[in-house]
Amino acid sequence: MTNITLLEAVTQALAYELAHDENVLVFGEDVGLNGGVFRATDGLQKRFGANRVMDTPLAESMIAGLAIGMAAQGLKPVAEFQFMGFSYPALDNILNHAARLRNRTRGRLQCPAVFRMPFGGGIHAPEHHSESTEALYAHIPGLQVVIPSSPARAYGLLLAAIRSPDPVIFLEPKRIYRLVKQDVPDNGVALPLEKAFVLREGSDLTLISWGASMHETQQAAEVLAEEGISAEIIDIASIKPLDTETILCSLNKTGRCVIVHEAAKSGGVGAEIAAQIGEKALFSLLAPIQRVTGYDSTMPYFKLEHSYIPSVARIVHAAKSTVGFS
Amino acid sequence: MTIATFTIDYHQYLKPDGTLSQPLPKDLDHNALLKLYRLMHLLRVFDGRAINLQRVGKLGTYPGNIGQEAIGAAIGHAMQADDVLVPYYRDCAAQYQRGAPFHKILQYWGGDERGSDFNNAEDFPICVPIAAQSVIASGVAAAIKYRQQKRAVVTTIGEGGTSEGDFYEAMNVAGAWNLPVVFVVNNNQWAISVPRSAQTQTQTIAQKAIATGFSGEQVDGNDIIALHERIRMALDKARNGGGPTLIEAITYRLCDHTTADDANRYRSKEELDMAWQVEPLVRLRAYFTAQTVWDDSKEEALLLECRKEIDKEVDIYLNIKPAPVTDIVDYMYAKWPESLKDQRETLLQFGDSHHD
Repeated sequence: MTNITLLEAVTQALAYELAHDENVLVFGEDVGLNGGVFRATDGLQKRFGANRVMDTPLAESMIAGLAIGMAAQGLKPVAEFQFMGFSYPALDNILNHAARLRNRTRGRLQCPAVFRMPFGGGIHAPEHHSESTEALYAHIPGLQVVIPSSPARAYGLLLAAIRSPDPVIFLEPKRIYRLVKQDVPDNGVALPLEKAFVLREGSDLTLISWGASMHETQQAAEVLAEEGISAEIIDIASIKPLDTETILCSLNKTGRCVIVHEAAKSGGVGAEIAAQIGEKALFSLLAPIQRVTGYDSTMPYFKLEHSYIPSVARIVHAAKSTVGFS
Repeated sequence: MTIATFTIDYHQYLKPDGTLSQPLPKDLDHNALLKLYRLMHLLRVFDGRAINLQRVGKLGTYPGNIGQEAIGAAIGHAMQADDVLVPYYRDCAAQYQRGAPFHKILQYWGGDERGSDFNNAEDFPICVPIAAQSVIASGVAAAIKYRQQKRAVVTTIGEGGTSEGDFYEAMNVAGAWNLPVVFVVNNNQWAISVPRSAQTQTQTIAQKAIATGFSGEQVDGNDIIALHERIRMALDKARNGGGPTLIEAITYRLCDHTTADDANRYRSKEELDMAWQVEPLVRLRAYFTAQTVWDDSKEEALLLECRKEIDKEVDIYLNIKPAPVTDIVDYMYAKWPESLKDQRETLLQFGDSHHD
């Protein structure tokens, strides 16, 4: 057994796929000798060679284009963007080409590429290094958007992402990169994409989140438990496509729900989840759905970032008012 | 102290009057040239039909190739079957030679995605957003290099597109990684209404390659012989580990940008009339005539044959049955997500309701 962090689980998954599939290539800025700015690709170039783990020139749109061209040739490129806030020059290629290639050729070409991006705040990083703009990608038909929140899910979901025949945006919650360790056997077993994970069963309300906010969400559930409130916790994990069945199943049981995400509130993925519940489980609801999210502001610089990121107190407050609604 | 200098060569075999400025390259005999001549005519007939189809409401917006036929014709002929084409949207002659019949090209511009499902396993469909194809082409070339295959990629772009960052990023990585890719620029002088002179201050587009570490050259883009020879040489170089090349093909867009454009708004009749004097078909015909391998009756027979072939293609296009409405979703993913199945059901129920 290996006791590893979420970050090390990413490395372990990349190494497993590199070792077992010669079509897998890993590339991006500084991913080679340096092992990436967060060390997610640490040691991979030494182990697998500079023709499989490559430092690219510094150009995000080009990195996306490389991945698309390689994927259309049947390779399985795993491209890294150093930070989500730097991925936008690549949007044209990801949205107009990666996401559309299968459809616009009626399946003649496909794009089995993975675009990895560390995302979210909380690490005292400079401007543009702390964004949570997952809803941008989740809105785009043809993409899958996957966000792990534990070492085991990082390993299993990244394997699944690399093996997927369609493009995956793989968002890594950097605030919890090194937060906890977990035994993650390096057995090459992938987790299903498009599935949410019920992390804790409960009966009074459902807490829904993903990424780094799972950490505060789980802590909030502990606080609530001490006060006799039983919270069910769902890690959405794949925000596109969304596992509505697991969400509705839980809502039919609890009738109450708080959605937690770090991204800005308006037009966030929480809104989509709330809409799905409204469409399909309205009469199961015993209280209005609440969202605990970042604000409709620019991600503040790090002096104030902890005032922006949803706190345990905010989640607990929302949960209590939801449970208290009658 | 000078630490870097460069030169840009200009290549031409066939002068506008149809005489040779240097002997024919040895791999291009009269038969091959006649084939290319026929192909350019075929494309010009096709363009005329496509524009007419648009005018009568049977085709969507269409970007013509008129005046620029030699570029696509040369690319398609110079490439080997296992090379890969990553085109922009004025390369019908190249696509046609590589497995995209004209009815498929019409189908694409007629608003049907199946038009890009043509008989070539690896070539990309045309790229509408400007210059993204350039970086994708470098990706295809990187895959070829990784697999140590003896193949190459051709990607095309207009001269306006060379102002895009993607064009530079693509060339930069192609140079840095010595990738087997040939960048062909169709410099037709106009990016919709913006002339070449307003697009960039650089003396030649070809020299944009110099900054990324490989050679660029200008070729007379109305000279099918020069184009074919230079593209063939660049492909040979790429396949043999010599890395990328930029070819600036200098031509003129004798048509509007697309059927939605009216070039009379921004360019003079005198300029257009002058360009018609140097276009690619006239000079090759003059050459053939001087070689006594061509005459009016042959020309007439050829045109008739081209019209017949295009008539057939148009007929196929006009009789293609609409795709099932579920095609809208069925190719988005390898498998349509279970969680979205209600959307597919709605499509089945209401997808035809606008046609009543």
